[in-house]
Amino acid sequence: MEFALSDEQQAIAKAVRDLMEGEIAPRAAEIDEGEKFPAWVRELFQRYDLFAAMLPREYGGIDGSLLTQCVVMEGVARVCASSSMVLGNQSLGATPLVLAGSEEQKRRWLPAFATGEKLASFGLTEPNAGSDVKGLSTRAVRSEGGWIVNGRKCFITHANVADLVVVFAKVHEGGGDQITAFLVETDRSGYEVDKIEHKMGLRGSTTCSFVLEDVWVPEENMLGRVGEGFPILVDSLNKGRISVAAQSTGIALGALEASARYCKERTQFGQPLARMPAVQQIVADMVTAVDAARCLTWAAAYKYDTHAPDMVRYSGMAKLFASDAAMKVTTDAVQIMGGYGYMAEYPVERMMRDAKIFQIFEGTNQVQRLTVAREFFASL
Amino acid sequence: MNIVVCVKQVVDTEAEKRLDPTSWRLDRTVENILNPYDEYAVEEAVRLKEAHGGEITVLCMGPEEAAAAVRKALAMGADRAVMVTDPALAGSDTQGTAHALAEALKPLEFDITLFGIMSTDAQTGQVPAAVAALLDLPLLSALNKVEIRDGALSVHRQTDQGYVAYECPLPAVLSVAKGINEPRYPSLKGIMAAKKKPMEVKDAAALSLVPGRIGGSGAKTRVLATSNPQPRAPGVRVEDQGDGAEKILDFLLKEKLV
Repeated sequence: MEFALSDEQQAIAKAVRDLMEGEIAPRAAEIDEGEKFPAWVRELFQRYDLFAAMLPREYGGIDGSLLTQCVVMEGVARVCASSSMVLGNQSLGATPLVLAGSEEQKRRWLPAFATGEKLASFGLTEPNAGSDVKGLSTRAVRSEGGWIVNGRKCFITHANVADLVVVFAKVHEGGGDQITAFLVETDRSGYEVDKIEHKMGLRGSTTCSFVLEDVWVPEENMLGRVGEGFPILVDSLNKGRISVAAQSTGIALGALEASARYCKERTQFGQPLARMPAVQQIVADMVTAVDAARCLTWAAAYKYDTHAPDMVRYSGMAKLFASDAAMKVTTDAVQIMGGYGYMAEYPVERMMRDAKIFQIFEGTNQVQRLTVAREFFASL
Repeated sequence: MNIVVCVKQVVDTEAEKRLDPTSWRLDRTVENILNPYDEYAVEEAVRLKEAHGGEITVLCMGPEEAAAAVRKALAMGADRAVMVTDPALAGSDTQGTAHALAEALKPLEFDITLFGIMSTDAQTGQVPAAVAALLDLPLLSALNKVEIRDGALSVHRQTDQGYVAYECPLPAVLSVAKGINEPRYPSLKGIMAAKKKPMEVKDAAALSLVPGRIGGSGAKTRVLATSNPQPRAPGVRVEDQGDGAEKILDFLLKEKLV
């Protein structure tokens, strides 16, 4: 398996690191405390083409490689997980179009997503349909020249700032309910964000509920055909989970670096913490977890980019392993820094709060384990 | 307005620096970066190009790995590059480096040759002046403002007290000070575009460099000894017994900091 970074990918990694250290790190705590979408971060990412790493080259992207996207996501999340959502959510919202959009739909939206001029969002989860997507209750019915959509979505990232939400709804046709994807512009009459959640972490990224009340969309806003919504969302999430694994790796790396640096400086009992075997044991496990998470994530990205048959299993493995690693590593980072680790003066408590959601969203890690086991048994 | 920016790859400012105990040369096997002072020169060149048009050439002498630093300058907006690389150049002192750069500059058509004020490794700041002397061009160093007015240079040279304003015809050799601008980060599309920009590689023979003037054997300077810097002295502690502010002010006055 080969997934070494090219010279350009290495240069991108360095540029992202410098950009994040220089511009975002000094304000990462402020982004967390603000509990709103950081518009200035979006502008910064627009200026330096970071959105372009999320899209295929033919629609204004950098190179369309998921590995490149992972390099960017890790570098951003290392400093600020909330900022990484500005990019991650753009990727998740754009992916259904990339996978299933007509040429006309792609031309209309993807170049604007690649510059960050327009924002995309992914509207799947509902109050009664989380991991069990078959429980969707949003419905679309045919109307003159298009569709009328009614329903309620919750926990939708950036639905309050997005220009376009990909809404998954049921269509009753052919004797049954068929999950179907629709492109819903957020300025359509009947679309209303009615709640923005307060969260434990990732607070610089807005998590919204919205209602769709008799929202009419034209026929050309249907993505794929009736009943193709399920494969579209499954394929989108297979890709999204690898990007989430890269974000998780970044959060873990950020916490590792911050706490390890502290351990070199902090002296107790006449020596730096870094010299104490008790601390070394913990740090060794942290750095091993970070590097293992990155290896698995890059392997999964390589599998995705090369259309490998075992990509789905790798996607699940990378997501569950990297996000579990992020939770463990950030918790240990707080632990080895002692009281200071718990204080908001240092970044690791924020990283620990941010890490938790990565074990939950884009399919809980328990669901990932089911997928991994199923895929593995099927391959025997 | 054609500009050549001379850049160097240096050991990462944050890396621990080590000297080889036999050759006294800096261990460069650690993380290397574009000399941070050169970033100001690249940025200034890109701004001049944005205002006046023209082409920017990056000129770099160094080992093949230094191409990464050159590519960063290309990603920031330079148009093409010339790499001078040859094992025979290893160990050159500032005079040898200036000889190589001057010979590489001769065939290039330029209005301005820009340098950073110095490299962060050797920190001599001699190369811009030596290049200017070899090319018989005016040198303006340590600039914190560069403008083109009526086809001539109008610049500010930074001093401890303020600045001195100069005017100068083109072509000229300039070195810019830290803080003249805020260097941009390379954009992702800039990085991808850099891959496609032309990079010409020249060795000592191609530039007809004089063997006796380059490399360790051609160096006019020799390192006799080195020593590690003294650990920093502990700071001055002021106990406030109602006169803390006065004591601090006295200290600052004594150190000429206010």
